[in-house]
Amino acid sequence: MNVQFRPSADAPVTAKTAIADCDIHPARRSMKDLYPYLAKRWHDHLETYGGHAYQGMMEGPPYPKAQPNASRRDAYPPEGGVQGSSLSFMQQQHLDPNNVALGVLNPLNTGQGLRNQELSAALATAINDWQIAEWTSKDSRLKGSVVVANEDGVASAAEIRKRAGDKNFVQVLLLSRNVEPLGQRRYWPIYEAAQEAGLPIGVHAFGFGGNPITASGWPSYYIEEMVGHSQCQQTALASIVLEGVLERFPKLKMIMIEAGFGWAPSLAWRLDRVWQRLRSEVPHVKRPPSEYIKDHIWWTTQPMEDPERRDHLFQTIDWIGWDKLLFATDYPHWDYDEPSRVLPAGVSDANRAAFYLGNARELYGIA
Amino acid sequence: MTSPIAGGVDCDLHPALPHLTSLLPYLNDYWRDQVTTRGMTDLESQSYPPHSPISARPDWRPAKGKPGASLHDLTTHALDPFGTGIGICNPLYGLQMVFSEDMADAFCRALNDWLVKEWLDKDARLRGSIVIPVQSVEKSVAEIERCARDSRFVQVLMLVMGDIPLGKRAYWPIYAAAERHGLPIGVHAGSNYHNPPSSVGWGSYHIEDYVAQAQAFQTQLTSLIVEGVFAKYPRLKMVMLESGFTWLPSYVWRLHKFWRGVRMETPWVDRAPMEIVRSNIRFSLQPVDAPPDPETLNRLFDHMQSDELLLFSTDYPHWQFDGNAVLPDGLSPELVRKIMIDNPYATYTRLNGAGSKESAA
Repeated sequence: MNVQFRPSADAPVTAKTAIADCDIHPARRSMKDLYPYLAKRWHDHLETYGGHAYQGMMEGPPYPKAQPNASRRDAYPPEGGVQGSSLSFMQQQHLDPNNVALGVLNPLNTGQGLRNQELSAALATAINDWQIAEWTSKDSRLKGSVVVANEDGVASAAEIRKRAGDKNFVQVLLLSRNVEPLGQRRYWPIYEAAQEAGLPIGVHAFGFGGNPITASGWPSYYIEEMVGHSQCQQTALASIVLEGVLERFPKLKMIMIEAGFGWAPSLAWRLDRVWQRLRSEVPHVKRPPSEYIKDHIWWTTQPMEDPERRDHLFQTIDWIGWDKLLFATDYPHWDYDEPSRVLPAGVSDANRAAFYLGNARELYGIA
Repeated sequence: MTSPIAGGVDCDLHPALPHLTSLLPYLNDYWRDQVTTRGMTDLESQSYPPHSPISARPDWRPAKGKPGASLHDLTTHALDPFGTGIGICNPLYGLQMVFSEDMADAFCRALNDWLVKEWLDKDARLRGSIVIPVQSVEKSVAEIERCARDSRFVQVLMLVMGDIPLGKRAYWPIYAAAERHGLPIGVHAGSNYHNPPSSVGWGSYHIEDYVAQAQAFQTQLTSLIVEGVFAKYPRLKMVMLESGFTWLPSYVWRLHKFWRGVRMETPWVDRAPMEIVRSNIRFSLQPVDAPPDPETLNRLFDHMQSDELLLFSTDYPHWQFDGNAVLPDGLSPELVRKIMIDNPYATYTRLNGAGSKESAA
């Protein structure tokens, strides 16, 4: 999680092996980058009223980040613009030297979860067109995520169906914090359309749905927001399981992105125990919750859990399954995980290959 | 099954108030009149619906009335079978849901007096937690001062889901009073429902609320640690009650990683989060959110890297275990002694005195 990466002499030699990076954040320089893909009406609207999100700030995040744009200070493109806004610099700084064979784009600050649903839908379509025009059509290693106006299930399903079969996209992107927990019925049209299109759902940490980010109200610090993503993700996943989403959409695959994975075993054990007691309340949950999680959920690795003792990390991964982890760096964000340093020594070649590339290729169907 | 040893301390028992009207003898004329004239309903929290399976073990469920309302049942179900020496009573009556600080204050005082009279006075093994009107910090401190004179009160009780995060500075006078009197703060599962009972909004089901308690404990630990509560009150212990504990290792790994990354934001946090947990935070044993195999559990204990964090509890009358299997399989005799006796006595320092109505040390 170092902002400036210093190579160390004992780093494993795997750095140059081809990898998948399942969480890359392409940035727009400003909202104007999207204007070519957005009706004139919305240019005027945005300039007059702004985005009108479920939080108070006109611009920027309510918890100030620890770095400008939450990104590495060494990731500003030489030609100007914010970190992550230049394809050529991303290639030069990240994709080429790290031998990224498959890079999954997760655009944030896209207009997902705005209060104005029509604007949110227009922006989702625009950001998807922008991903093709500016990124995936220019570098075949990069694949996009179908961004949807998730509070409007019908509009989201239409956007997913529009992109179905388009090889520029490998998943549908949702955020973890929304107006309601992600298992709720308002989101089911998204899951139905994604299953139909054969696209996994990526659930990335973040978002503002108007709910305090703890069940006890708003905390004080950025670190509480960052650590809190894992609690939000746990609750969102519990909702998905307990609402029966994975029973109703049995072919659906979901990826928990940037929220950690170390909590998965404990959450699954807790769900199983409590389900034994309270299953009469949720008869639509037919199997122990841990089985749904095992069958349907994948996890990106960054920010990698980092216990003092590496055997604790390996035991935790054993509980989850080496076949369920997808390597991710989070480039260009400040808490970037460096590919050559993230996995301690002592992992078998087969597990290492699955972790860095094989699992992602199989899940996303990329040869 | 691991056998309990005699003389243990059960840190999480829930005596139930039969009804709001049971407080009438402990209220003044004004509040007695309020309760009756306004036709106030029982303040039963939906955190534990009385008929929910989790709220009472089937063989502990009385023929009538609320589970946990009978002293005889509590002692024969929860104390006698395990040779328990001391049992700490944590009433979960829904006073935190009240919006008026005056009403909350009157009811909390009555509830604490009721606990003394109906429970602590009747069985010498029982100790109590002071339920405070968190709606007012000033009134909470006053209630702590009032009750602390009785050394049978060994803890202050709060809920894990309230109006604001527990680390917030507004609460610190409560922590100062607790530390001053040698009272740990017990943080119990449950919500006042003034915020959605999860960090992503209102779920559909009771089961979601219950699962989400564990995530609420995690965000509260973050708040308590990063706000600097234990830098300011180093002798203060906080006990997470009915929190589960198997989430602790991976949670701390994550907190530690972000603390290293952005500690400039909270420079008063001058020790690693796990060090703070080891010195100031404890967890009740039940529920054990782990599969029933000793190998996994012992790995988890190894991940926790301390044998001083857990305190014995039955969580009576909640249904967390069957028969006499209150201790999970695979615990070593040394760990059983730690959990049942050494750790509770080290946490609840007031247990080391005689325990009397009169002045506490």
